[in-house]
Amino acid sequence: MSGSSDPVRHLLDIPDLGGAAGIEDVMRLTDSFVEVSERSIPRVPALRGKTVAWLFYEDSTRTRLSFETAAKRLSADTMNFSVSSSSVKKGESLLDTAKTIEAMGIDAIVVRHASAGAPHRIAGWVDAAVINAGDGWHAHPTQALLDCYTIRQNRGDLRGQHIAIVGDIKHSRVARSDVLAFTAMGAEVTLVAPPTLLPPSLEGWPVKVSHDLDQVLPTVDVVYLLRMQRERMSEALLPSLREYTATFGLTNRRVERLRDDALVMHPGPMNRGVEIAAEVADLPRSVILDQVRNGVAVRMAVLYLLLGSGTGLVPPPSTVPPTEEDPARA
Amino acid sequence: MPETASIVIKGGRIVDATGERTADVVVVDGRIAAVGTDLDADRTLDAEGCLVAPGLVDIHTHLREPGKEEAETVETGARGAALGGYTAILAMPNTTPAIDSAGVVQQVLELGRSAPCDVFTSGAITVGRAGEQLAPMAEMAALGVRLFTDDGAGVQSNAMMRRAMEYATGLGVTLAQHCEDDALCGGGHMHEGEWSARLGIPGQPAEAEELMVMRDLALARLTGCRVHFQHLSTARSVAMIRDAIAAGLPVTAEATTHHFTLTHAECASYDPLYKVNPPLRTADDVAAVKAGLADGAIGIIATDHAPHTAETKELPFDQAPPGMLGLETALALALTELDLPVQQIIGALSWNPAQVIGIGDTHGLPIAEGNPANLCIIDPEATWTVDGRAMASRSHNTPYQGRELKGRVRHTLLHGEPVVISGEAQR
Repeated sequence: MSGSSDPVRHLLDIPDLGGAAGIEDVMRLTDSFVEVSERSIPRVPALRGKTVAWLFYEDSTRTRLSFETAAKRLSADTMNFSVSSSSVKKGESLLDTAKTIEAMGIDAIVVRHASAGAPHRIAGWVDAAVINAGDGWHAHPTQALLDCYTIRQNRGDLRGQHIAIVGDIKHSRVARSDVLAFTAMGAEVTLVAPPTLLPPSLEGWPVKVSHDLDQVLPTVDVVYLLRMQRERMSEALLPSLREYTATFGLTNRRVERLRDDALVMHPGPMNRGVEIAAEVADLPRSVILDQVRNGVAVRMAVLYLLLGSGTGLVPPPSTVPPTEEDPARA
Repeated sequence: MPETASIVIKGGRIVDATGERTADVVVVDGRIAAVGTDLDADRTLDAEGCLVAPGLVDIHTHLREPGKEEAETVETGARGAALGGYTAILAMPNTTPAIDSAGVVQQVLELGRSAPCDVFTSGAITVGRAGEQLAPMAEMAALGVRLFTDDGAGVQSNAMMRRAMEYATGLGVTLAQHCEDDALCGGGHMHEGEWSARLGIPGQPAEAEELMVMRDLALARLTGCRVHFQHLSTARSVAMIRDAIAAGLPVTAEATTHHFTLTHAECASYDPLYKVNPPLRTADDVAAVKAGLADGAIGIIATDHAPHTAETKELPFDQAPPGMLGLETALALALTELDLPVQQIIGALSWNPAQVIGIGDTHGLPIAEGNPANLCIIDPEATWTVDGRAMASRSHNTPYQGRELKGRVRHTLLHGEPVVISGEAQR
């Protein structure tokens, strides 16, 4: 590795990478793993003998599949600590579960939890590397890294890019990590949302705020749409989904306000017809599937960064054949 | 009480509501027999370099019994209290079952009878602390309950609180409120602001406390009821109470030690040791609470001692219960963190709360011949390091673990009996 000074032990949130240099390291590593992913046998023995455990307290199909594919392409062994059918349901504490997994000789634990901070707590209790795969409203650092990578891939650099993040910022771990990553990389960020969907305080956030999407759209290089969750209606944060779509949705008409080269991004899963019109999601400017594709390579880079030899050199392709279909290419 | 050996507390400086002076104190048969110079007795307790003060009184203690004996019992809580210099504590009613009937009041008082600290209890304002039906306040008052509260929750309904205040005036008792508008807090777990926004933890706005302070001041004006405001945590709450006292309303207020020593920035560790209700707030709020203690808007320092087992504090922040230990650290925190005359600090910890909970005839009294010997002898220069594991409590959830504090209890006398000698609990 080059750039960052201290070795990265855990990835709980973007600042763990130590700023722009650390994020740039991940980007460069990702370049190598994108190349690996394009080989006929997209598999290298970089993490052979290492074991990665999934500890998902919250349902996730996409993020887990992405991590699992990444680990397998690095030849790591994986195991799933199934929360819904395990001791956790019988009342086992977070501490005991973490200690139990570690006692099995695990090198990394990938955690998703509905409670903000749960991965931080686990990181304080175990020696294994902890990767945050999303905690409550707080952080989703690998999503932010794949978002950075996708923008960099399409625009060359994040520096000077104007990115609008639109929608339910208040409850979004993606938005929090994206703001930290985008601004660390020199992008300018505008949050666009009704006041009820903004965090209660933006003190210390290096962002601009707008409640008028139409005004912001012509000025941006990237418009990043967040998933609008139906349960927000019952909390009286919005009058109706229809009104949200009318004011903050990227409709067929509204997308015309974007510059020709502006990108449309979304962390998925999309609510077509709510925050994004069905046709808009399928426009050439929409890089939503690139995000998914890059997610695998970014997560390979993160796993390699935390568990690898630290030489920064990606080993040659293994002769071991791939063991599964690549969902990112499906 | 049987004839006991006389004890002299030698070489200390007396601090009580009447002032400060250097004198020896002789205790016989549970009472102060003499105050003067060069006194002798059967037994001597060294108080050289120490303050000799009336025993401390905690107006806000969670003893967890009945219902959560794995976290604390009346006995362990009372022992921690004695070690902290307290000779009287007031149990909060949020037990299981709640202290909302004469039967549970009797049970708690019975459990406290053999404890190394006088245990008094509050009673709930409403049945089950559910805010829907008045609890039998007269029956509880007949057993000596002088302060009623649904602590842990505020009485949400304006109409219910008005009726409770009216009813209380007929009994001559005080109502105490945990000020928090539940709907506005909407599942919050820390102070709503800069840190909650960054950490992604749902917040409790300061206004949720302030609205209820405002309402209860209005209702106190309407009914004439004596109202005590628990654990004030925001600058505007303090200002409202200050104005109300100046306007002559019959109100009092307390601040906890954590609300004048810690801010919401502590929550960045995601450690539920820092989760408490009302939540830790901003540095400005901390400064306002200190200012309130200084100018008398807040006359009482309370612990809100809230033991929780280690398992529950190992849950994620939003799932862990709120509360922190306080009995063994309150005095030292006050002496270390408050830049106030020592007499004012002891007053806020002793005779002021004794008055509010109606035990001023036995606790917090001046150190004078004939008065009950409920005393605490404090070495104000002793430094020590906080260790939750070394505390008498069944729980260890102190947010001050490892912190060095100044001021330590050397001896505590309960009705003349030395229950703590040289910092060691005697029973």
